Amino acid sequence: MYKLLLCWRYLKTRWIALASIVSVTLGVATMIVVNSVMDGFTSQMQDRMHGILSDLVVETRSTNGIAEPNWYVDRIRGRLGDSVQGITTVVTLPAMMTFHHNGNAHTQQINLIGIDKETYASVSDFSKYLLHPDNKQKLDFVLKQSGYAPEREALQPAGWEHRTRVETLKKARLSEMERYRLLQEKISAEQRQQIASDVATLPSTNDEVSTEATNGDAAVSPNTTASATDEINQLAAGPSSFGAATPSAPRGHVFDAANEQRIGIVLGIGIGSVRGRDSDGKVKDYFFIRPGDDVSVAFPNAGSPPRAIDEMFTVVDFYESKMSEYDATFAFVPIEALQRARGMIDPVSQQGAVTSIQIKLKPDADLQVARDALRDEFPPAESYVQVNSWRDTQGPLLAAVQLETTILNILLFMIIAVAGFGILATFFMIVVEKTRDIGVLKSLGAPGTGIASIFLGYGVLLGSVGSGVGVVCGLLFVWNINEIARVLEWVTGREVFDPTVYYFDTIPTILHPFMIVWVSVGAVAIAILASVLPSIRAARMHPVEALRYE
Amino acid sequence: MNSTTPVKQNTKPNASAIPPWRVVRPESDGADQVAAQTVTEKTIVLAKNVTKSYRRHKTSVAVLKGVDFSADQGKVTAIVGQSGSGKSTLLHLLGTLDKPDSGEIHFANQRIDNLSARQRDLFRNKKLGMIFQFYHLLPELTLLENIVAPAMIGQSLFSYFRNRSGILRRAKSLADMVGLSHRLHHKPNELSGGEMQRTAIARALITDPKLLLADEPTGNLDQESGQSILQLLRNLNEETGLTIVMVTHDENIAAQCDALVRLKGGKVERLK
Ligand SMILES: Nc1ncnc2c1ncn2[C@@H]1O[C@H](COP(=O)(O)OP(=O)(O)OP(=O)(O)O)[C@@H](O)[C@H]1O
Ligand SMILES: [Mg+2]
Repeated sequence: MYKLLLCWRYLKTRWIALASIVSVTLGVATMIVVNSVMDGFTSQMQDRMHGILSDLVVETRSTNGIAEPNWYVDRIRGRLGDSVQGITTVVTLPAMMTFHHNGNAHTQQINLIGIDKETYASVSDFSKYLLHPDNKQKLDFVLKQSGYAPEREALQPAGWEHRTRVETLKKARLSEMERYRLLQEKISAEQRQQIASDVATLPSTNDEVSTEATNGDAAVSPNTTASATDEINQLAAGPSSFGAATPSAPRGHVFDAANEQRIGIVLGIGIGSVRGRDSDGKVKDYFFIRPGDDVSVAFPNAGSPPRAIDEMFTVVDFYESKMSEYDATFAFVPIEALQRARGMIDPVSQQGAVTSIQIKLKPDADLQVARDALRDEFPPAESYVQVNSWRDTQGPLLAAVQLETTILNILLFMIIAVAGFGILATFFMIVVEKTRDIGVLKSLGAPGTGIASIFLGYGVLLGSVGSGVGVVCGLLFVWNINEIARVLEWVTGREVFDPTVYYFDTIPTILHPFMIVWVSVGAVAIAILASVLPSIRAARMHPVEALRYE
Repeated sequence: MNSTTPVKQNTKPNASAIPPWRVVRPESDGADQVAAQTVTEKTIVLAKNVTKSYRRHKTSVAVLKGVDFSADQGKVTAIVGQSGSGKSTLLHLLGTLDKPDSGEIHFANQRIDNLSARQRDLFRNKKLGMIFQFYHLLPELTLLENIVAPAMIGQSLFSYFRNRSGILRRAKSLADMVGLSHRLHHKPNELSGGEMQRTAIARALITDPKLLLADEPTGNLDQESGQSILQLLRNLNEETGLTIVMVTHDENIAAQCDALVRLKGGKVERLK
């Protein structure tokens, strides 16, 4: 009883000892904040990665791809049975994209992914990352009139609105140029006639040459208007042998960019835009490609050795997963278009080869087990396909984040341990200060264990108060982290959490109750450990010496 | 060897190996005391040929060099001597706060200097009251809590709460006796020296001890407060028959006591 009373009184009369606990408190709070932010980042990243990547991928590195995907799909379904939720076939290729911006051609390396628009959305969260609401429902690679994320002003206008506007402008400019050219021609013709008439008056051997030149030019000029339009159309159509791919454009048909689209392509938003800041420091996107623009993509065909082929596509939407790595490289096109262009379609069976088969499992299915089953089904030694889970492919990244978290935790726990030494010193001071009282208690018959438990109890109380306050502070910090970041920005004038870097608008946090319990238990344990030595010292004190102590 | 002390060994018919304070409960103490009072000339505490020396930097200072001392039940025994003669040392040995280098300490016919630490703690708690020159109250506790402290120490949490009302009643009546019932919830630093010493006396009495050891209880007080403390102790002795062993510098006080010994040169001389 006296133990409880005394350690409670010591706590009440020695609030200063809480100062030594503040370090533990801060340590606990920081640990909670860091862990929840790291967990938030990790799980956002995992969610996104998992959303983008299917659970399992059966893929081949061979340029010809998997020639008989249906056979594989049947085997996979047979092996995994009920646990399969969705399956799709994909052609993935490294490719180079060229687009025109402000009159300059820009090239960029991309990952060209041919997807089956019927099934691709069933293996990943693909649809929800598209901008147009209709495409979110169902992607059809058809350019929409408008309505691409209307809340993004920087993106407007987009779709047919944008395309027709650009084409009209282009036409206007071309006809303007044409008129100018005709004018030039007329002027030079007049001049030449003038010169010719002038020259004719001079007896010269050059006479014949100049007349010939004049004749040649004259032969071209009546034709000019027609040839210019052809040229424009050719420019717009590109050096395409791929016109056949657009059913609406039979051979010989002149492609009308203002009213027709090419095969649709969905670009990662990072390919078509840059994120930066305006002079006010506001985050702004700048789109140099919009839905409605045409881009040309060069990729290898399936021949051996592979040859680069070039295709024109119309951007029909953007893909924004907020994983900058993916957003900056992924470009999706219809798989049939890619197969046809690359020559991956078997002329006999009419079956298109694919480079990978992606599988989505039911939520309760075990990823590892399914992967191992497929590895067993397609042993690497006998088949030319590899089976990987999304965790395998993203393993290094996840491991790196995990390592980072672990190191941070170790460091923070060290800080708390250092704080433990502060508590140790404080407790020693308190025991020394209380020497006479310890002597008195012993003279009143208090056993050494009782006296030790006073100080141990004091340590437990201080540790609990400290970690309790720390947990509360940490939770408040986490719950208000975005407001705090804003205040910090306002105070320091520096961006704490830069959305141009992280692609998140707010700092993601996740609080695991288990983590909070662990952290606070750890802090209390350190306070107890730090009070053990002083307690033993108090218990061992000689009563007479203690009573004599001044 | 202990010719100066009239010792009657084994006067209690059933003195067992178990120290008596282990079986005596606070509630039964009253009856015990009545029985003890009827035995006159009984030695309650006894030191036999006790030596004690302190070691300091290899040189050993012998403070007590074969001390024989006894105090009788129901009497006030005074110990006088020069400063540094070892009075406090002897008192600490009698109170089992320290162990003698050689010799024996007996209490109620039981040897107590060789008991285990736990048993000595119990002995101090149940059988002994101690007061000091510098009061030694616990500064964090109120006057009432200071008085109750030994009872709290002696009982488990559960039994304390069971007996709480009785203990508090006793503490209040003790505070009343020492004239401090109006200051029960004050902290020691709000009290005068005399008041603190009264509190210390009340604290020493809460467990109804057999023996009160007082180390210069008036040493830090003015004449008047000292006298009132002394009067309080006298009254206690007369009314309850409490045995008191008191160290004092004051010849006046010493003269009023029933027995008087002087410590000199590490030995005890009996003066009265
Ligand atoms: N821990 C110790 N180490 C060394 N010497 C000690 C120790 N405690 C006491 N002494 C010595 O023992 C002697 C007796 O001390 P003690 O306190 O018993 O004297 P005292 O008679 O009570 O004196 P006073 O009247 O001043 O209280 C003193 O000379 C003192 O210096
Ligand atoms: Mg002394």
